Amino acid sequence: MQQNQPCPILLQMKNINKSFGATRALDNVDFELKTGEVHALLGENGAGKSTLVKILSGALKQDEGSMLLENFRHSPSSPLEGRKKGVSMIYQELNLAPHLTVEENIMLGKEIHSWGFVQRKEMKRRVRDALELVHHPEISLDIPVRKLSIGARQVVEIARALMEKAKILVMDEPTSSLSQEDSDLLFQIIKKLKVQGVSIIYISHFLEEVQRVADSFTVLRDGKEICSGNMEDTSLEELIQHMVGQKVKEMFPQVEHTIGEVLLSLDKLMGSKMQAEVELNLHCGEILGLAGLIGAGRTELLRTIFALDSVEQGSIKVADVRFSKGTPWQRIKQGMGFLSEDRQREGLALSRSLTDNLTLSNFSPYCRFGFLGLKKRNEAAQDWIQKMKIKARSPEQRVFSLSGGNQQKVALARLLHQRADILLLDEPTRGIDVVSKSQVYEWMGQLASRGKAILFVSSYFPELLGICDRIAVFYRGQIIDIRPPSEWNTESLMVAATTGKAL
Amino acid sequence: MKRKKRLQDLIGWLAPFFGLILVLAIFSSIPEIQDRFLRIANFKSVATQSVIVALGALGMTLIIISGGIDLSAASNLALSGVIVAYAISAGIHPVVALFCGIVTGGLIGFVNGSLITSLRLVPFIVTLGMLGIARGIAKWIAGNQKIDAPLTWVNELMTRNPRPSWLLLAPGVWLMIFLALVMAVVLRYTVFGRHVFAVGSNEAAARLCGIRTNRTKIMIYSIAGLFCGLSGVMQFSRLTVGDPTVAVGLELDIIAAVVIGGGSLSGGEGSILGSMIGVFIMAFLRNGSTMMGWPNYIQEIIIGAIIVVAVSLDQIRHRRER
Repeated sequence: MQQNQPCPILLQMKNINKSFGATRALDNVDFELKTGEVHALLGENGAGKSTLVKILSGALKQDEGSMLLENFRHSPSSPLEGRKKGVSMIYQELNLAPHLTVEENIMLGKEIHSWGFVQRKEMKRRVRDALELVHHPEISLDIPVRKLSIGARQVVEIARALMEKAKILVMDEPTSSLSQEDSDLLFQIIKKLKVQGVSIIYISHFLEEVQRVADSFTVLRDGKEICSGNMEDTSLEELIQHMVGQKVKEMFPQVEHTIGEVLLSLDKLMGSKMQAEVELNLHCGEILGLAGLIGAGRTELLRTIFALDSVEQGSIKVADVRFSKGTPWQRIKQGMGFLSEDRQREGLALSRSLTDNLTLSNFSPYCRFGFLGLKKRNEAAQDWIQKMKIKARSPEQRVFSLSGGNQQKVALARLLHQRADILLLDEPTRGIDVVSKSQVYEWMGQLASRGKAILFVSSYFPELLGICDRIAVFYRGQIIDIRPPSEWNTESLMVAATTGKAL
Repeated sequence: MKRKKRLQDLIGWLAPFFGLILVLAIFSSIPEIQDRFLRIANFKSVATQSVIVALGALGMTLIIISGGIDLSAASNLALSGVIVAYAISAGIHPVVALFCGIVTGGLIGFVNGSLITSLRLVPFIVTLGMLGIARGIAKWIAGNQKIDAPLTWVNELMTRNPRPSWLLLAPGVWLMIFLALVMAVVLRYTVFGRHVFAVGSNEAAARLCGIRTNRTKIMIYSIAGLFCGLSGVMQFSRLTVGDPTVAVGLELDIIAAVVIGGGSLSGGEGSILGSMIGVFIMAFLRNGSTMMGWPNYIQEIIIGAIIVVAVSLDQIRHRRER
């Protein structure tokens, strides 16, 4: 665009600080973006990438620090203002109106009209031009967006952003649910955009992909900017080193447990939302970790086992009983327990009491002729509060007023209370503090020592390495490899999860 | 593949028509009522009977497309009718009286929209409250009884034998057809129409694209209110009195018409044509059932079943799309 100044600084973020309550999400972060470059923002989950781009786009306000966009102060008060100033976020589908057509979506809020009547012809011409710019003139203008593939929706979003004269496009995990072909198309578009002088902030866990598209990178870790540089001069191994860092050794209490016979086995299991068949054996007294990126298909596997998603093919065997279809109710009867990754929306009834949540899946001990023994139930809950070291005033306290760690303990206690033998745990330590984490690890060990079988989904490699008996790595729906933790390390897990190749 | 898709689209678009044709076919194939049912006079009277619900449904279509609901429609209509009767009986010129009735409806709608946007309450709650409030005000103004008003030309709006006779249909029916066309054009060809769909389809996206969603919503509810006001005028015209207890529960008929016509209560979907067909499906069902001498409760059961069937067919079609 400005050829007299090769690569001038388009955006400068300086000393950005942001805290949520007691946790410091961003700690004096500096970030620089040049015109027409693709800048990768890297880091583990929770490193602060999303927070940083949210501040840039106007969805969040920084506590301290300043931003300069083309040498002017940039402090958008809302995403709308951010867009007007030229910063557009590309989400997967959030920002499109599914019922409206491609043309209507791209022109939304910018309709060309005379006396309130839309000038369809003129708008279609412009939309066609915009789609031409992103090299997808084949997308039909009159088709409702909900009928498009996810890849095409993304193209529509990019076209809309260009229509708004976006200077910076922020892409947050743009390829996580795209097929390989769609991803390749996206990379082509990105190349074309660069030529047009658009800058792109690219957030992704797929490191090989990042190496292909990005010119430069910045690594964040625990809210701090670790380093930044040119992509060309940096190897994959170095990037991973920066991202993982020298982690403080965390407490992983080891509880003796012996592995017994196969308790749960999956035979070519394929669910309605899974991307590929999965074969897996889980033993009594075993903690089997499932590593992988978000969207790799681990959650979908657990949900299929627990009959939250329907089984399409293959079967599940518990002890010696083989079955495929079912309901969560049947699964609970078969001795399974499921802990959702989404504690707030699915895992707990936040507006109900601790007792209600704890006993929800197993009322039978307190039931007599269909009536609940409320006192007995509260006493039992009180026992669990002490056993699980839950910090609560009383069993009657409503769950939303507990801290994240304590909420998670309630959710876990429910599985124990229902006496599940097979525990399907989806990110059980997400968003809880270090002390609670270490307690969760200890219980998992104790449960294993009592012969329970645990499937443990986690995106945090150190904890998988710390407590699992075996770790399976998922990549785009498939298990790449299963090995004991002694044969993995954070680097090799990261490589397997991001590239699909086991070293 | 593409042809198949287009065929699906066509079927989707025609689905409500099939319902109407089916209802017409069933009643006209029953020998006992065939002659009476197929008479032009009968069609005229069904059209006239439909005006009140149809006008309400025009506004309700906008609201439902935008993802909202209006439970106060029938109360609003009764209040507006009472206002017209009150004004005419007080000796005010009928034109001014009509105007007052319609504006009252619009005002109630405006209040609905303002409360929904400013208090951030769900439309269900706000309009449920307004259902009681508007009905109460109507009874208050009318002193808890019917208001007699002298006969004027207003009462000719809904007559079955319009003068001059070349009109063929009651002026109210023509007005309904005209307004339906206007609203269909508004929804399809204006910026406002697009914004209505956008708000119902994904409100967050609409806001992010710079649409003033609150203003759009207030406009939607105000316009719907105006239609209720007009519907109240028609109600008064038919009854020749202002009755504050009229049309209790009619809001559900109005909502049913929109839903049968393909409107989705989760927003983003619906059409004027569909809603009008929904109105006529229900009207012809009532008409045919009455001719058959079926008791009222049979009609209620049939219409109830039709709502469930129509919406579930719609859902199945949508699931296929995905």
